[in-house]
Amino acid sequence: MKKSRVIQLLGLILVGVGIGFGYTNRAHTDTGESITAVGSTALQPLVEAAGEQYSSEHTGVFINVQGGGSGTGLSQIQSGAVAIGNSDIFAEEQAGINAKKLQDHQVAVVGIAPIINKQTGIRNLTKQQLIQVFTGKVKNWRELGGKNLPIVLINRAQGSGTRKTFESYALDGQKSADSQEQDSSGLARSIVGSTPGAVSYVAFSYLDHSVTTLKVDGVTPTEANVRHNRWKIWSYEHLYTQKQPNQLTKKFITYILSEAVQKKLVKQLGYISVHDMQVQRRASGKITTVK
Amino acid sequence: MDKIRASLLKKSIATKIERRGKILSLSCLALIILVVFLIFYFVASRGLATFFQNHINLWQFLSGIQWNPGTVGSNGQPAVGALPMIVGSFLITIFSAIVATPFAIGTAVFMTEISPRRGAQILRPVTELLVGIPSVVYGFIGLQVVVPFVRNTFGGSGYGILSGTFVLFVMILPTVTSMSADALNAVPRYYREASLALGATRWQTIYKVVLRAAIPGMLTAIVFGMARAFGEALAVQMVIGNATLLPHNLVSPASTLTSILTMGIGNTVMGSLQNNALWSLAMILLLMSLLFNLIIRYIGRKGKLNHER
Repeated sequence: MKKSRVIQLLGLILVGVGIGFGYTNRAHTDTGESITAVGSTALQPLVEAAGEQYSSEHTGVFINVQGGGSGTGLSQIQSGAVAIGNSDIFAEEQAGINAKKLQDHQVAVVGIAPIINKQTGIRNLTKQQLIQVFTGKVKNWRELGGKNLPIVLINRAQGSGTRKTFESYALDGQKSADSQEQDSSGLARSIVGSTPGAVSYVAFSYLDHSVTTLKVDGVTPTEANVRHNRWKIWSYEHLYTQKQPNQLTKKFITYILSEAVQKKLVKQLGYISVHDMQVQRRASGKITTVK
Repeated sequence: MDKIRASLLKKSIATKIERRGKILSLSCLALIILVVFLIFYFVASRGLATFFQNHINLWQFLSGIQWNPGTVGSNGQPAVGALPMIVGSFLITIFSAIVATPFAIGTAVFMTEISPRRGAQILRPVTELLVGIPSVVYGFIGLQVVVPFVRNTFGGSGYGILSGTFVLFVMILPTVTSMSADALNAVPRYYREASLALGATRWQTIYKVVLRAAIPGMLTAIVFGMARAFGEALAVQMVIGNATLLPHNLVSPASTLTSILTMGIGNTVMGSLQNNALWSLAMILLLMSLLFNLIIRYIGRKGKLNHER
């Protein structure tokens, strides 16, 4: 009996010490050596890869990257819960976010292209036709010179960054008609690939041979065309921070913007480097040429 | 004498241990109750904000058919009509239960009445295996197999309530089957013996006696399956098409409460109308599962009374 008491007491003390030790240690690493970035799933691969590289170059530093969507990223950074909020859209475009309190860092550019099922037989649409398709004014591909197939719209989820970008720059701000919605680019592409008459839109990095990539007004969706804004459907990838970010956050953002990352990682992962852009776009949509 | 008196008055070790055990289990219970209460409180506080902070009319929310909380609908109010999702959820739940029930009861009868040995050896492990398959696997199979099948057989794009029904049917089948089998097993042996003694055949015994006596238990099983179908998110989301439109036939894209919730929650900001509206959907889901629970309890109590009589 007595022996078991002693063991119990010892166990309790051990647990207590363990928790105390863990707690102090945790507090230590949290303030000094790790930051968390949350938000856009489109930007996640880049931040993750850059974070890993950064950690391997600076021992003891950890960059935690989580998804959750652009809305989550912006609301988490606004409430100060994380160090970096990843977003596909300008904070000004999101309801419920006070953009004046946040600092915007544009780290990459993503082009978005309309994709269509291969059986449709269409390779080029004018912007007007694209708008007609997505607002539901045209119901059959025959009316646009394709095969006799009903148009099946596949949208991304409401509030998705890709959808917002597509609606702003491809549909001139018009809302897409109510239709099927999918919450990831990969799923949208595979559904377009397998459903006759389906049309959707994905980031350049998702384009492949399972679907037909549409030209708009005769312009091919390529990186070079995005750089000069000949291809209009693109958006910045933003890292949002507080106005006064801590040292590690600053260093990490500088690292992502450095030549080393922009020249290699950004391209490998299918993004377009911000340094290559010949134009600049403001939150209002105004385009200026970079000198 | 005093020693005995003292030992009688003092609490024995066994009592102490018992009290300690009681406290331990009570605190576990209290923790769980607290968690349930907090979840209810949280969902309700966010879900009700739609109506109290954003001043959305409750009736409008339940009967409206436009869902796009970020924009203003045709009546000048924010477009938060949840009817398409509510209808979608109910249709898919009811249809999958209707399709699954005959199969489940047939299997259960085979397992318990017709061939108990083979049932225990083969069917039970198989149904248990079906329960263990993750829902994303069901969803993926639905996307690759069921959707093209529905498209080629029934027309449309293949995404819709019909595909969702097929996927959910397979998902809830094992639950309903194993619970129905339990209900059949619980029918007392002397019911069957009495029936056979009266000269009834095996089929007559099953049909007129065992199945009748097990009705409350089987109803519980069906409602349980419906509760699972109602709450399933991932697999349904992959095959139903997620269009916030009132379904006008079974092969047109539709949506359920859960599919819109999982798709939208990451793209909204806590505290905004878009976010609150999603919490209201979550509140409806929670209330519905509460209702399913109450139905199960009610049926269970009725069933008990019948057996005692």
